[in-house]
Amino acid sequence: MLETKETGQTAVLKITDPKFKYEISKIPGAEKIMLCFQCGTCTSDCPVARFSGVYRPRHIIRMTQLGIKERVLRSEALWLCASCFTCTDRCPQGVKVADVIRVLKNLAVKEGYIPPIFKEFASSILGTGYAYRIPELRIKKREELGLPPLPKGNPQSLAKLAERIELEKLLEAKRE
Amino acid sequence: MAEGELKYQIFLGCAIPYRVSAYEISTRKVMAKLGVKLEEMPEFNCCGLPMDPISHEMMLLLATRNLCIAEEKNMSIMALCPGCAGTLNKANTMLKNDKRLREEINEHLKVDGLEFKGTIEVRHLIQVLDDDVGLEKIRNAVKKPLKGLKVAEHNGCHALRPKEYMGFDDPEDPKVLKALIEATGAECLDYMDEAQCCGAPTAGINDKIPLQLSREKLTRIRDAGAQALITICPFCHMMFDTNQMRIERMLNEKFGIPTLHYPQLLGLALGLGPEELALDELRVKPTEQLRQIGI
Repeated sequence: MLETKETGQTAVLKITDPKFKYEISKIPGAEKIMLCFQCGTCTSDCPVARFSGVYRPRHIIRMTQLGIKERVLRSEALWLCASCFTCTDRCPQGVKVADVIRVLKNLAVKEGYIPPIFKEFASSILGTGYAYRIPELRIKKREELGLPPLPKGNPQSLAKLAERIELEKLLEAKRE
Repeated sequence: MAEGELKYQIFLGCAIPYRVSAYEISTRKVMAKLGVKLEEMPEFNCCGLPMDPISHEMMLLLATRNLCIAEEKNMSIMALCPGCAGTLNKANTMLKNDKRLREEINEHLKVDGLEFKGTIEVRHLIQVLDDDVGLEKIRNAVKKPLKGLKVAEHNGCHALRPKEYMGFDDPEDPKVLKALIEATGAECLDYMDEAQCCGAPTAGINDKIPLQLSREKLTRIRDAGAQALITICPFCHMMFDTNQMRIERMLNEKFGIPTLHYPQLLGLALGLGPEELALDELRVKPTEQLRQIGI
């Protein structure tokens, strides 16, 4: 068990999975997580971290290395990454920080943590082929604007692909 | 490739048909003027980017499905949205280089009667303009040089980063969009941290951070003395144009910086009219700035 001081209160960071870092480092994109030596380049160069009190990529990586799995996967901060890839391009150790964060988000989803906006994206893509439900009026207006018709999406075909990887099950995962 | 033979399948993605048609309209007009043929993709879907945080595998399936559809015509893709360009490019590169991954994804795609072969390339609009059309041809096509207009550029992230997949321009100090802007006769000014993110991808999670990021950029752009901002991404454009008045209200500041899609700027220099380029769709109108240069 690790103890840390945060805002004057003692928070207990529980190591819930000492093997977490090994599990993570086997997932494509996160292979180099163990090479992080906490220099902080990712965080000092992160545009979001400058305006957020909670988003610190360096902390996310360290907590992952330390096996504080529950806390990492439940963290809302994880979802603040703008995926601008500045951290990935600048990491002196070659850790693909943004990819590690994506790997952690994917795991969070498996455990039932998924922000509503991403649920909406998924439902719209599976329902229409597009990430947004484009209003019929907007599609009709294309002709007026001299634009070619927007092809109809193919939800049937996407449903088949989603079924192959059991995406529905993933989207319905419940928090324990 | 001989002149006049440039042909691409245009990939629109979702955000552009949803709410940024000016970008599409101006791109089509400009490409026609430059002799680049654009063919429609008969059936496409979301590039996959919004699914990456949920399931990396589903992102790859969505992206690869698009690539397979494009491969049927054996013609490369030109994407307008850097997010789409980045995602399709990443999937294309990953599958071309990793045989095991390719087999795995192809096994899934079989249910849809598709197979990834790796026969085409994916490019963003500005790559096509810079590499394939070329600056010289653009300069020669300019009919009305935008002399006297001072602008700043914002590339957005995914056209540049991660450099491992994009391998285009200098992600720390991008120069391609600048050169394309200067080809129109306008002056492109330098400002601090030009390659910094606008914050748009966090908008669905936190509504303040992206506005603060965009405000910081707008402040730097204004202080550099730019009369307008030029973008190449529908999401960045929404942050700087659609949300500019919101930023002004929230932070009690005044910017008044019109934000044009690059093909709108180029179109003006090629002699196209403001209506043809859908300039009226912009929230922050460039009327005064254009009047000053006689448009």
